[in-house]
Amino acid sequence: MPIKCKTKNTGENDKESSNIIEVRDLSFRFGGENVLENISFNIKEGDYLGIVGPNGAGKTTLLKILLGLIKPEKGTVKLFGKNIGKIINRSDIGYVAQKSAQTASEFPATVEEIVASGRTARAGLFKKFNKEDREKIEKAMEITEIHDLRRKLVSELSGGQKQRVFIARALAAEPKILFLDEPTVAVDVALSEKFYELLNKLNKTFGITILFVSHDLDVIAREVSSVLCLKRTLVCHGSPKDFMNKDNLEKLYGPKYKIIVHDRHDS
Amino acid sequence: MIPEIFQYDFMIRAFIAGIIIGVLAPVIGTFLVVRRLSLMASTLAHISLLGVAIGLLTGVQPVLAATATSVVSAFGIEKIRTGNKIFGESVLALFLSGSLALAAVLISLSKGFNQNLFSYLFGSIATVTQTDLYLIAGLASAIIITIILIYKELFLVSFDEELARVNGVPANTINMALIIMAAITVSLAMQVVGSLLIGALMVIPVITAIKIGKSFRQILFYSVGISVVSVIAGLFLSYYFDLASGGTIVLITILFFISASVFKK
Repeated sequence: MPIKCKTKNTGENDKESSNIIEVRDLSFRFGGENVLENISFNIKEGDYLGIVGPNGAGKTTLLKILLGLIKPEKGTVKLFGKNIGKIINRSDIGYVAQKSAQTASEFPATVEEIVASGRTARAGLFKKFNKEDREKIEKAMEITEIHDLRRKLVSELSGGQKQRVFIARALAAEPKILFLDEPTVAVDVALSEKFYELLNKLNKTFGITILFVSHDLDVIAREVSSVLCLKRTLVCHGSPKDFMNKDNLEKLYGPKYKIIVHDRHDS
Repeated sequence: MIPEIFQYDFMIRAFIAGIIIGVLAPVIGTFLVVRRLSLMASTLAHISLLGVAIGLLTGVQPVLAATATSVVSAFGIEKIRTGNKIFGESVLALFLSGSLALAAVLISLSKGFNQNLFSYLFGSIATVTQTDLYLIAGLASAIIITIILIYKELFLVSFDEELARVNGVPANTINMALIIMAAITVSLAMQVVGSLLIGALMVIPVITAIKIGKSFRQILFYSVGISVVSVIAGLFLSYYFDLASGGTIVLITILFFISASVFKK
């Protein structure tokens, strides 16, 4: 398939060393349907990438493959230069799932307990948290400004606060890359602004590569440094400016897309 | 002056066994409850009853037979559960009723131990022997040590199994360890509260503690407290008023639950 927008990196000419993710000819079938077809792209260290696409475009599937939760059927996926199944230090991967906030509303644990649990793999099996672990857990709560909430049960928090707890949990492991799946689904607009400020800070100040799936094009256009648009195949991969043109949007969402944009701005 | 109740060796053994189980049951129960696997306790209890039937039929020591049977079945349950081939908790219903059915058939095959079986259904803490006590103390210590060692992994896997997998925490192994520990606990607890009531001792103190606890750790400790107090009070009451000990213990935990519910409102 031709890729209309200017592609930022197609893979061939990149120096391998700066690529944190390399995907080659990735395909995945589920229930006889092609969910992902021949996808190739690279993500550089320090990128702030949004994955967009309509419902059923394969966004979450791609994310789960990158996370190593499901195996690709065809093609190769490399993270930190190693095949996804062979990564030794998996605590370099931070992950905030869409359903995190929902499960948290029922699980009886404090903010501090939840944040600390993010440090589990980094601390190592059979080991108690040592002084360094404790410091990183503290720092994660400071960065996300949830220090005051540490003794509260997560179930008592607002949607936005819960979101911060899960970011903090990911940060406790000192990840090199942070994956987020629809991170603001349960959060209202004002709070999500603050939330993206936080992500921006993590990316710019702490140099964490961020990759998030979203259906919210406004956010994508405003926040990220590059966009990967997906509709079973890779429709385009480039800067948000390149992505936000009529051709791409039509290809992704069909000719009626314009109307949706207007609705969004009216409200 | 030693109270009358402690002048009998069998009552002292009953108290020691009861307190050990009183600690163990809610600790395992907490991890089952927060993962919405409350039914797991009852399922394993019915399976251990099948183990008792097998033991009585073949002459193997019933508690050992129960432990072996429930541990083996625990593997099966976990394989089917994680294979996602059967919808949700229905795999537990399958094992629960299946094992009970098999136990019933085995019992009917060999007549004559019905009386004996009754004590496993509702518990007979006064019949705990010195050997039973060693078995209970040994396995219980092993389980508590294991839980301390893998506490943070158990917590993460219970709370967010997906993240555990992403970070390379061996979630399958942790799950398997939990369910095996649950299987052993259930078998050991059979004499204390009986297999029909062990599920209650693993779940009710925990849901009570969740009502009043302010952290996961607190919930663990509160549930142990509630459970141990219930066991001790239950043994006293059952001794002086000649009541069934298992039933009395569970009724006291329910009393705690009701008090906590009222108090919370």
